[in-house]
Amino acid sequence: MNYLDELEDEAIYIFREVAAQFDKPVLLFSGGKDSIVLVHLAIKAFYPAPVPFPLMHIDTGHNFPETIEFRDQLVNDLNLNLIVRYVQDSIDAGKVKEESGRYASRNNLQTVTLLDGIEEHGFDACIGGARRDEEKARAKERVFSVRDDFGQWNARNQRPELFDILNGRIDKGENVRAFPISNWTELDVWNYIRQEKIELPSVYFAHSRKVFLRDGMIWSDSEFIHRDVDEEVFEMMVRFRTVGDMSCTAAVASEAFDLDDVIAEIEAAEISERGARIDDKRSEAAMEKRKEVGYF
Amino acid sequence: MNIVRLSTAGSVDDGKSTLIGRLLYDTNSLSKDKVANIEQISQQRGLDQIDLSLITDGLTAEREQGITIDVAHIYFNTPKRKYIIADTPGHVEYTRNMITGASNADVFIILIDARKGIIEQTKRHLFIASLMEIKEIAFVINKIDLVDYEQDRFLQIRSQIEELKERFELLDKKLSFFPVSAKIGDNVVNLSGKTPWYKGETLLSYLEQLKIEQKNQMAQRFNVQYVIRPHSDDFHDYRAYAGKVKSGTFEIGDEVKVLSTGQSSRIKAINRYKDNLLKATEGQSVALELETDIDISRGDILTLASDSVEGDKSLSARLCWLGKEELSLGRKYLLQHGASRVPVKVTTVNSQINFETLEFDQQPLKVDVNSINQIELKSASPLFIDSYKNNPANGYFILIDETANTTVAVGFKN
Repeated sequence: MNYLDELEDEAIYIFREVAAQFDKPVLLFSGGKDSIVLVHLAIKAFYPAPVPFPLMHIDTGHNFPETIEFRDQLVNDLNLNLIVRYVQDSIDAGKVKEESGRYASRNNLQTVTLLDGIEEHGFDACIGGARRDEEKARAKERVFSVRDDFGQWNARNQRPELFDILNGRIDKGENVRAFPISNWTELDVWNYIRQEKIELPSVYFAHSRKVFLRDGMIWSDSEFIHRDVDEEVFEMMVRFRTVGDMSCTAAVASEAFDLDDVIAEIEAAEISERGARIDDKRSEAAMEKRKEVGYF
Repeated sequence: MNIVRLSTAGSVDDGKSTLIGRLLYDTNSLSKDKVANIEQISQQRGLDQIDLSLITDGLTAEREQGITIDVAHIYFNTPKRKYIIADTPGHVEYTRNMITGASNADVFIILIDARKGIIEQTKRHLFIASLMEIKEIAFVINKIDLVDYEQDRFLQIRSQIEELKERFELLDKKLSFFPVSAKIGDNVVNLSGKTPWYKGETLLSYLEQLKIEQKNQMAQRFNVQYVIRPHSDDFHDYRAYAGKVKSGTFEIGDEVKVLSTGQSSRIKAINRYKDNLLKATEGQSVALELETDIDISRGDILTLASDSVEGDKSLSARLCWLGKEELSLGRKYLLQHGASRVPVKVTTVNSQINFETLEFDQQPLKVDVNSINQIELKSASPLFIDSYKNNPANGYFILIDETANTTVAVGFKN
């Protein structure tokens, strides 16, 4: 058996456990390739019935326009139910304060919007595309990860997961983050996308873009990113390995115009995927800290 | 290409994290920024060489304490295979994590410090490997550089372990031995020039050639997770039982029965998304359509109609306690097996493992975290669990604390 099929079997098994064990699951959709793969797997898990839960997108307002366009097309084509919550609303309501300065990003702010969205809809399971290979703190994440009333994750108090048994029992107010592609690596995701011929937003492939350099990384020039006068903008062929908020996702120089090219590039790549995430560079334990307070 | 799942076990300071770091480093599985990151931390700490164990020690707390405290999953690929390593801590008090990590393992890697040889902890690891029925055990005799690459020392440890095979009921398991220095890199990915007496292969080449046993001759067990009923115009009468083949192979036309009711029908279709399969084997997630409508719901197990398996409202099992709160005899717990949850009570604790003798010769005063016990339990409705030894895939269960919702124990049916 092909190993991608084994990974698919495992992911479908997890999706079905989520649908059966929880009253109100939701799939957290970022517009990134991992969440697009999740949608694809969800459809497979319940076919020919429709996906038995909605998608929720936390819109920071700083997304790549290509991602939003793609999202709406996907939802329309596959007849999915999409909920969008806006970080701008949380800012307007005074719940969070916009960051300022060179490294200002709405990435941390979205946690509040996310938790509000979960509470408002009463979601008891949030399905996400996190992978254990992405980052050190994520290597210890469970497939079903219990969050308390405040959305907090406690690394020391996780339920042991034995064999394939998933225990999703929770009290009212708590919710579980469920990760069907925990055991996939970046390359697995790309190989699967190729095998299944899954469509992706265009920013994942090489294109010409206005960029500038900072801290050895390629930043997109955009109205959302503060740029110093001495930071010169120029055009370059780039693509994105990971697509988050524009203010926290760096580009890589690339000539990869299709999936074969992208996979070849990744196989030869020297920088890990999250190496292009500006939000992780803030400190050594950045991801762990953000997870403790409820970040996805 | 397929997936090989490894679980590592060793005592504190046996160099487990370093071994994993070495596997990743020497297979070029680490990116430049990750290597730069650990180089920088190593330097800050005043180390004269790169500390490969930093690759896996993820959480801040353990970086400060210098120990691994939970199960971490690490991934690497070779052109041939995908590897998933469950890195588990070696302390006695973390037996629960070791069992968790080993529960999905095809191969159990046990580290032994060549200077210390077999210690009590090694025997505990042998016991766990035996308990969990892991077919392949690889012994990494680490820090071989610190005993001057002496063949005698390696052979001595090897024969001491061979002598323990019978005692730990490992006679039907495959044991392999490797003289290794994880720190230097001897015989992990590259053969060492310093052990010319060693005619075997490297740890990686052993893993690459490993034949993962296909258990298709096992009894048929299908775990129903979810009933798919689209209620749509195109699929008006469609009804399929979505789930996972736990063991054996199911084929179209097979006469199957529901264990809880004894009702039977024939498999009309085996669906995997839009594909119609002729058969489904162990580990596959599929949806089964049957020829007639019979009563089936989540938690049911399907088997061949000819199978004579019978349910039981009581069973005996080995139970490893995982919860912080100790077992309360006669209290109601939920037993989860596959997709079913049934209220149970543990009625008797017959004996407990004595971690000194590794025999169930201890009269248990209490069943607390990390203890392994022989128990009897009673359930409200019949359980269809196989003997773990005969059919591991359908032979385990967990206990859930109904109030705290936590997973408090894992059991292996006798």
